[in-house]
Amino acid sequence: MSLPGRNRTSILDKPLSRGKGEISLSCFALLFSEVVQYCQNKSRTVTDIQNRLHKLGARVGVKLIDLYFVRERGGKREIKLLNILLFIKSTMWKALFGKEADKLEHSNDDENTYYLMEKEPVVNRYISVPRDKTSLNCAVFVAGMIEAVLVGTGFPAKVTAHWHKGTTYMLKFDDEVLLREKQME
Amino acid sequence: MSRASNRFDTKKVNSELVTLTYGALVAQMVKDAENTDDVSKQLERLGYNMGVRLIEDFLAKTGTGRCMDLKDTADKIQSAFKMYLGVQPNVANWSPGGDEFSFILDTNPLTDLVELPDDLKNLKYCNIICGVIRGALEMVQLDVQSWIVQDQLKGDQNTEIRVKFIRRLEDAMPAGED
Repeated sequence: MSLPGRNRTSILDKPLSRGKGEISLSCFALLFSEVVQYCQNKSRTVTDIQNRLHKLGARVGVKLIDLYFVRERGGKREIKLLNILLFIKSTMWKALFGKEADKLEHSNDDENTYYLMEKEPVVNRYISVPRDKTSLNCAVFVAGMIEAVLVGTGFPAKVTAHWHKGTTYMLKFDDEVLLREKQME
Repeated sequence: MSRASNRFDTKKVNSELVTLTYGALVAQMVKDAENTDDVSKQLERLGYNMGVRLIEDFLAKTGTGRCMDLKDTADKIQSAFKMYLGVQPNVANWSPGGDEFSFILDTNPLTDLVELPDDLKNLKYCNIICGVIRGALEMVQLDVQSWIVQDQLKGDQNTEIRVKFIRRLEDAMPAGED
């Protein structure tokens, strides 16, 4: 029996693609440039632009969770902090950018904070930051993606992007995450 | 090194990154704009901006020369599809006058993972491609119109993009140059 309007095959009836398709980098670079311009046109300050990019990145991140956990992990999610960090650094990064993120570090003075470093994020490759906006780092788009993945998998955190050794993403987890982590030990 | 890194050409990115980035942008635009037609128009405009710059990349990478006729142009755009989107459309449905033709795509990376909600059924999601074609051709002195005839997102079998030749643009030299 089919309900009216429901007899069309929906996206969920189709098999999930293997995600090996490739698109020219020029194409992505130009698209991302339009994304940045769109955000810029809608904003007055650098913070505004960053917030908008962050939000857009988050929209992407939310979709990545299901996509990757179904495809790469057979539907099994991570419950350990270290594992989800490695998932982001390896699985997600490799699938999205073709390589692992360069470095993952735990902060020395704050146990809630982790750093993910990348010398040359692909989103920044063709972007030159204007002189009056030196603090703008468009990789904040990727930071939004990471944050959405962390929040969506049950590791609430704030993720920001900074100019430090290339680009450094700062992952600051909520206290509850570390508390839970300790209980599991 | 490992095969995983060889699989990825440095000049390529994962198509899902593009698909999802584009999807996020469209979703944001729908939120920001008053009505759906505005979004369709903006998407075409956005594609136009990309096309204006993409043509240079295409000419530089392929070293291609001047097209002899519109058939030639259609073939070149066909190869550009392959180069930039990784899919090869068919060129078909030529008009009797030879000034209009279609690209038929049976897969479209832009619409992977995409489903249009019922209230956005008149959104021209792929309008960006029409814009790219118009922008790129304008830079080689061809004024064309491009629009979507069939759309897989709306339940059609294929995605069909129509291109119509309007006129040849005259070379306008910038002031002060011979």
